[in-house]
Parts: sequence; structure tokens; C-alpha cells
Amino acid sequence: MTLSIDDVKQIADLAYIKVDEDEAKAALAKLSDIFKLIETMQAVDTTGVTPMSHAQDLVQRLREDRVNESDQRELYQSIAPQVEAGLYLVPKVIE
Amino acid sequence: MLNDSLKQLAKRLAEKEVSSVELTTEFLKRINQLNPKYNAFITVDDEKSLEQARAADRKIAAGEAGPLTGIPVAQKDIFCTQGWLTTCGSKMLSNFVSPYDAGVIERFNAAGAVNVGKTNMDEFAMGSSNENSYYGPVKNPWGINAVPGGSSGGSACAVAARMAPAATGTDTGGSIRQPAAFCGISGIKPTYGTVSRYGMIAFASSLDQGGPMAKSAEDLALMLNVMTGFDARDSTSLQREAEDYTRDLEKPLLGLRIGLPKEYFAEGMHSDVEKAIEQALDEYRRLGAETLEVSLPNSPLSIPVYYVLAPAEASSNLSRFDGVRYGYRTEYYEDLRDMYRKTRGEGFGPEVKRRILIGTYVLSHGYYDAYYIQAQKVRRLIAQDFKQAFTQCDVIMGPTAPSVAFDLGEKSSDPVQMYLSDIYTSAASLAGLPGMSVPVGFGEKNRPVGLHIIGNYFSEASMLNAAHQYQQVTDWHQKMPGL
Repeated sequence: MTLSIDDVKQIADLAYIKVDEDEAKAALAKLSDIFKLIETMQAVDTTGVTPMSHAQDLVQRLREDRVNESDQRELYQSIAPQVEAGLYLVPKVIE
Repeated sequence: MLNDSLKQLAKRLAEKEVSSVELTTEFLKRINQLNPKYNAFITVDDEKSLEQARAADRKIAAGEAGPLTGIPVAQKDIFCTQGWLTTCGSKMLSNFVSPYDAGVIERFNAAGAVNVGKTNMDEFAMGSSNENSYYGPVKNPWGINAVPGGSSGGSACAVAARMAPAATGTDTGGSIRQPAAFCGISGIKPTYGTVSRYGMIAFASSLDQGGPMAKSAEDLALMLNVMTGFDARDSTSLQREAEDYTRDLEKPLLGLRIGLPKEYFAEGMHSDVEKAIEQALDEYRRLGAETLEVSLPNSPLSIPVYYVLAPAEASSNLSRFDGVRYGYRTEYYEDLRDMYRKTRGEGFGPEVKRRILIGTYVLSHGYYDAYYIQAQKVRRLIAQDFKQAFTQCDVIMGPTAPSVAFDLGEKSSDPVQMYLSDIYTSAASLAGLPGMSVPVGFGEKNRPVGLHIIGNYFSEASMLNAAHQYQQVTDWHQKMPGL
């Protein structure tokens, strides 16, 4: 697999990370090396192997449906960049 | 006192030979004296620490002391700590004063331990040299030009330089064990699921695990007794009976079967490391253990697998840093999308961005099966290798890292070379197995060598036993760098 500079820009776009031309170029060289390393695992025959997503075989715990957290809105919003009337402020998204 | 074990410090406190305030003051003095040179701490707050020390002294006076009451412990800056700046080594969280405590911090607080500061680390725990910190690199106390390892490099340095008797770390692919090896201290990553991840800033959730870093196995056992336990707020926390990790320390090692993976004793290991490891294994044989060859045929694939799975999980976990609810927000932006992109472009460092890009790519349409699913399949093969090996042996031993600590700047421009320094540690992480590193001598340039001990699931007490018995007949763990 060969990555192009446009691939890097597109991935960065998907990840919502702004990269300038120089950064994209630098990233391209390094990412290409990393993918060379990664691709060494692709030759392994994994027919019939179940993917392992987790180190422990766990099922999600269930609990009674009752309130167990108290309201901490003020505390949590005290460290937000911009809040108003209990709401987080972001730039306008709807005209 | 600087070289005292946790038990010795607790004894001094119990016998009123020293108060927690005096002890804490002593270590804070050392931190304030040495930190400008070593950069092991991001945040030190004497007043907050002393307040905890005063509370500990009251607890001791009231006869309510536990084994860690009044003892200074340095906390990796990945653990959210109420009222403390908690940066995770990133510009993104450079203004984040945590409104709550991580599960691990709550446990240390309940035990009466004194937080002596938040330690430096690779940004979001991504790195093997501590050079990826927004707050600058940490220096290795055994050589000012050497890296301390990473990502828990600040914690390793703090313990090695005796700025704290013990510290916490986290390990995703080797981040406790490799810095422990590089700095000549002991560190253990317990079985996945035993230490709460609540409030431990997430990197790769299926791999991240907290654990202690200290001078000796005995100290690690005491730290684990406090750190482990069920936490309902972590969905992968295991519901198990509480263990006393010190219970097997004194057992003789007669008949212990030590598996030596032939893949670990192959090309790649530097000769100075090999020499120290062989000497340590000789010591184990003298202690009555037997060694045998085992095979982990898929372990050479652990680095490629790790660098698919960990970035994939990271790209998802780190999507929460958007400049809306907490942390850094860019100054100038046109619209919401622009704000997200600039905030993340400016807030993350180069290595974190690289890993997010890798993760985004391997999870994207058309590549998911070839990379992500394939990596998960090979992960199972790696885990099965260990299962097979543990039918033949009780513990696995080998080098923690292929070389002693490398120089600052030596690998920072070549990510692949940097990644390969976790070649021996990442397989156990992928399998979720416990792994530890103990100091077993010195290699090139008088830099420490670590012995890697991997155990079966939940066999921490036996691993600590194996390490403790070795430390009873050797004194590498007591060596202090001349600072």
C-alpha cells in the first residue's frame, strides 16, 4: 500500500485535525514507514481465527435502573471554555 | 531515609521517629532541588501535599494507619486528581484542573498516602522515551543524556532519583516496564482489569492498565494492595476477591519453572543486556528454579498488531478532545468544524496526531478488514502462544527492552525504531497478562538493565515472589544513581 499526500490530508480531515502542507508531507514519510511495519502481519494465515477484541471474556454488567449519580453540572461546566445558562457554547451551526 | 523501603518508612512513621509532614517535606525538598534538572514532575504543590501529610499524621496518631498512610507517592499525570492540574502531558489538557478523582487516586487517598506531585509523561501515554511530552523530556538519573523510557518516564525518574519512594504508572504496550528497566527500578503492570481505569485518561482501552513503580517487589506488592479492586465505574473492572499481594513473597523458589522464549533470546537483544539477563537467570538457578525453552512464535508480530489496535482505539478515545467541554480551545475560528480542526491541530503533538491518523485510516471503509480485523485475529494467536507456553512453565522471563536506555534524540525522528523498543513488552499487553520489570545489573555506559517477568493471568503474587527472592540475594534494586 502506498499513501499519497492527498490520502494524508483526507485522513486528517476525517479525524478533524488541521494539518498544513509541511505537516502533511512530514506525516506522509513517517506514516509510510509505519505502514511498512504494520503490513508484516498481513502475510499471517488467520483463516478460522476469531478476532480478539479484548483481553478478558466479559459481558457488560447490568444494574438496577435507578439514579446513582448526582447533578454536577456547575462543577463540570466551571472548566469549560464557554458556557451560558448551563449550556456549552459553540459557534453557530444553523443559519 | 531516601533509600528506605515502604515498610521501613511505615515503621518510622508508626514509631513516631518521623512524621508524615517531615517525610513529605524531605521528599518535596528533594523534588524542588532535582526537578529543574530532571523534569520528572509537571505539577508540584507543596501546600496540597502537606495538607494530606497533616491529615495522615492525625490518622497515625489516632491509630488508624494502614501500610501506606503518610507515605509520599508520585502520581502519573494521566490520573485525574481533583483540584490538581491533570495534563496527560498534552497542550490539549494544559489548563485542565480535574473536577474529580480517578478510582486509583481515591484509593490512595483512602489509604492516607500523600500525593507529592504529578509526573511527566509522553503525551497521552504515546511514546517510549518521554520525548513526546508537551512539558519537555524527562532525563534519566543514570545518565543526563539518556531517555528515562516512556510513557511513565517521569514516575520512573522520580523513583530512581529518590524524589518519591513510589509512584504510579500506566502501561498500554510497555509504559510501566520499559521505563522501569531504563531507570533501574521495579514496576508491574497487573492483569488487565484489576486496576480501575475510571479517571485514568484513556489511550487504548482494551490495553490500558495502571500499576505501581517502586524500588522493590515488596514495595510493589504493598502498592498493588491499595491500587487494585473492583470499580463499577469502569466497565472492564473485574469483580474478584481482594488479594494480599505480599502473601507469597517469602516462598522459596525451589522447583519454579522459568520459561525462556527462544524468540526473545534471538537477534535484536544487545550483548550487554544479554549478559545481565544471563547472570540473573544463573541467580535464579542457584535459588532452585529451573529454566526451559518455550516458544512464542507469533510474538514478533506484536508490534505491528499493537500499532494497528492501539491507534485504532486511540483515534476513537481522543475524539472527545474537541474544545467544547474542557481543555484547550483554539483562539480564532470561523465555524464549528474549523474550531474542531484547529483545536485538535494545535492541541495535539506530532506523535499523537500520527497515531490518530493511523487509527482513523485502519478503521476506515475498505481497510477495516485488512488491518483492524486481521490485527485482532493475530492478537488471538499471540494470546494463544502464551496459553501454550504456560502449560510448560510457571513464569516467563527475558529482557524488558532490547537495549539499555538510548540517548535523547537518538530515535525521536524515527517512529518505527522507537516503537521497536517495546518489542518484548507489547505481546503481554495484547494478551492482557501481567508483566513486570526488575533491575538486574548494568550495561553500556553504566545504564540499568531490566529483567522482564511475565506471569499467567492473576499470578501477580507469584511473580512478586520470584522478584522478591531475587532481590533478597542481590542488591541491584538498592543502587542509587550519583546525582
